[in-house]
Amino acid sequence: MARPFPFTAIVGQEEMKNALLVAAVDPTLGGVLIFGDRGTGKSTAVRALAQLLPEMKAVEGCPYHCDPTRTAGACQKCSGDNKAKIASHMIPVPVVDLPLGATEDRVVGALDIERALAHGEKAFEPGLLARAHRGFLYIDEVNLLEDHLVDLLLDVAASGENVVEREGLSVRHPARFVLVGSGNPEEGELRPQLLDRFGLSVDVKTPTDIAMRVEAVKRRDAFDRDPAAFAAAFAADEERLRKKITAAKKLVPTIDVEDETRRRVAELCVALGTDGLRGELTLLRAARSVAALEKAHTATMTHVKAIAMPALRHRLRRNPLDEVGSGVRIERALIEVMG
Amino acid sequence: MADENARSAVIWKDALVAADLIAVDPAGLGGVILRAGPGPVRDAWLARLRAGLPKGAPVLRAPTDVGDGELLGGLDLSATLSSGRTVAQRGLLARSHGGVLIVAMAERLAQTPAAHIAAAVDAGEIVAERDGLTICSEARLAVIAIDEGLEDDDRPPAALRERTAFQLDLRGLTHRDLGMQGGDQPRPDITAARSRLASIITPDSLIEVLCTTCAALGVGSARAPLLALKAARAAAALAGRDVISDEDSALAARLVIAPRALHLPPAQAPDDEQADAEPGTPEPEQPPEDQDSDQSPPDQPDDDKGDVRTLDDTVLEAALAALPPGLLAQLQVNAQRLRAGQTGKVGEAQNTVKRGRPIGARRGDPRSGVRLDLLHTLRAAAPWQRLRKRTIAEDIARPSLEIRRDDFRIKRFRDRKQTTTIFLVDASGSAALERLGEAKGAVELLLADCYIRRDEVALIAFRGVGADILLPPTRSLHRAKKELAALPGGGGTPLAAGIMAAGLLADEVRRKGRTPTLVLITDGRANVTREGLGGRAQAQDEAGIAARSIRAQGLRTLLVDNSNRPEPRAGQLADDMGALYLPLPRANSQMISNAVRASAPAAQAVRR
Repeated sequence: MARPFPFTAIVGQEEMKNALLVAAVDPTLGGVLIFGDRGTGKSTAVRALAQLLPEMKAVEGCPYHCDPTRTAGACQKCSGDNKAKIASHMIPVPVVDLPLGATEDRVVGALDIERALAHGEKAFEPGLLARAHRGFLYIDEVNLLEDHLVDLLLDVAASGENVVEREGLSVRHPARFVLVGSGNPEEGELRPQLLDRFGLSVDVKTPTDIAMRVEAVKRRDAFDRDPAAFAAAFAADEERLRKKITAAKKLVPTIDVEDETRRRVAELCVALGTDGLRGELTLLRAARSVAALEKAHTATMTHVKAIAMPALRHRLRRNPLDEVGSGVRIERALIEVMG
Repeated sequence: MADENARSAVIWKDALVAADLIAVDPAGLGGVILRAGPGPVRDAWLARLRAGLPKGAPVLRAPTDVGDGELLGGLDLSATLSSGRTVAQRGLLARSHGGVLIVAMAERLAQTPAAHIAAAVDAGEIVAERDGLTICSEARLAVIAIDEGLEDDDRPPAALRERTAFQLDLRGLTHRDLGMQGGDQPRPDITAARSRLASIITPDSLIEVLCTTCAALGVGSARAPLLALKAARAAAALAGRDVISDEDSALAARLVIAPRALHLPPAQAPDDEQADAEPGTPEPEQPPEDQDSDQSPPDQPDDDKGDVRTLDDTVLEAALAALPPGLLAQLQVNAQRLRAGQTGKVGEAQNTVKRGRPIGARRGDPRSGVRLDLLHTLRAAAPWQRLRKRTIAEDIARPSLEIRRDDFRIKRFRDRKQTTTIFLVDASGSAALERLGEAKGAVELLLADCYIRRDEVALIAFRGVGADILLPPTRSLHRAKKELAALPGGGGTPLAAGIMAAGLLADEVRRKGRTPTLVLITDGRANVTREGLGGRAQAQDEAGIAARSIRAQGLRTLLVDNSNRPEPRAGQLADDMGALYLPLPRANSQMISNAVRASAPAAQAVRR
């Protein structure tokens, strides 16, 4: 594999970086959707995140790398009773690419062709969804993804389980992953059902500041010329950020939210008219992750404000008579609620 | 004539330089969009490129309908079956590693293969999951996308245009132009340049100059300055320099940044520029009128301007000089494409199982009227044969090939969505009765057109206090005519209500998987608010807001102004809607019909 560009070397695009970190701290948030112009570093950021994630413990030899400390939600083999014998090892968090042209059998898993051909044996070969379990599933150009794959993903994302009933195989295995999608809205819209699945949504724009653009081009050029040296220059920063994520992951479950904050978040969502409760829940959870990243013990309105935009942007009902973008509406509502 | 020759000479010289630059750094520069028909010019250019590439570097061709399997690789079925183990086959992208991949008729390349090629150019490797294989191999290559499109909006996918350094247009050249360069000049030593590439020094200010130039020309992507930088570096290596010179960066700006320009630098009025660009093009060494001497009005607010001025202008000038004649038209095409987003003039694309261009196969039941993909079905059944033979009882006569329902693969196609034309007719008193008659006549003619195209039509009229959907989307010409004939006129003009009703209907149409088009026939004068109350000013405001929401929807719209003389208000309304404006005083039906047809020729072209 080619060496990815370091996350900490990405110039600007704070909202996107922030959203990705928050999603990494709390995998249950529902992932991140990154929409924006070409050449703004969408794919670069996601691939950079992959190498930043701290390692995790997994059952050795399990194709779904189940968590040895938890039997709930593990695959059939790992949730059995012989817990004492399970050997575990540390593995990097999987960040799996779902390429546009991927065939359905490769995504859900299929018959192991080699064994079928050679031995006439029926064996299941796990697919991308199995590989992405407990990790990230990244779809570049998510808006171009074919409909039948989208349906399949929605199904699995909702249930956290991949059920394969095909070619005489009958397999079910856990598949919980953070969905990260990126795309260029000019090339097509995202289906509303899929849009709704994403916890956070980020719009990336070309930076207007010349100095920033110069720096971005400079760094990318330096990286292209000598990836190893460039990565070494940012190794310390990367390590620092990795530690920060690890610490935040531990801290997140302990973070409090005061009732007053909950009330204000509810007010915010009412003012914006977001559909359902998912917006509120996601916003509160995301605010907790923001607080954890900042080593705070309580999530306050400051943390809410920091993540309100990506958490709510894609949940606003579109009012045909309102010309202002959803960003402006959220900002206004925030100002009102914050008083 | 002499001018024309000089121009051709410059274009050809630049094209040759671009070929050499790509040969120096194929993967770094990503390739070229080569706009040229078949013929000696294109062949000569490709030969020049091939001559520069390292010995043994692959030069492969991908057809325009290249499949994922061919591009990415996958299972080699015959080898797999004969050997009894999985044998992988390398795809075109992997096999082009270190060389170039030529894509023929790239303007017809679908988005999926374009995305694969783009990903390979970006990452220098391909990673794919296919046929039960994980494919991962190096793919550092340049793409030569040959664009034979005749129309300006018939271009190779944006994903490719974004990643290739150069866009060359060789359409105007003939074989006579080739002799002037090439033979008599010594070919640069590309091998030496390639080895020198890594040690070229980049002056600090250069990146800033390139970024500023991009900003001044409205080029947003960070890839543009990066590609320009790499082009400048390759140019320096080619010229035998150790440091990138101004000449190199000017060349890079001309070849890389100029073709991407979206607008002209704010310091210059567009009209002056067009005048400059036309005679200025043949002589790129001679910058067009010195920018510093032409004073721009001081009250014009602009952030970039200061930066542009203080920096070395030669790079920007080089980029400007390269802008072709007919530039304004091109800029408009660029900008329109930007604004229009996905709503092109053709129906949006969608995947179907019945007709259109084939885009592969999927598992499914062939009985429900879809087409069986025999090859993929056999492929799916193949690995199972040994297993199935084993389970069948001995006494049953065995078929030599066992195919079960699970194996069925059906063909999938990509088709254009059908169009629904929504007519929004002002039936108020202000559109006096005779003109209402004209409008009705026009709609009737259009209905006939729609019928031929198998489009759906819908009819909304607004008068009195609100808007009514007289005819929900239908293909019934008869019903449409009946409703239309019965449409009464008179009363106030609730324009905002009408526009909003049309917007909602358009949304509904879109949700049903069709592409809506709106034809609004009005004089633009509103006097009833959305609440159904009188009040000209408020009604007009509301209409403006509703119109802007139509624009936000990206709805393709035509506004036919049927007032006695062209109304500024109707023009304003058309602007607000992003609509095509047709002032037709005393519009007659045939004229409206012709206009609508002219505005949507593609809709006819697509439906074959």
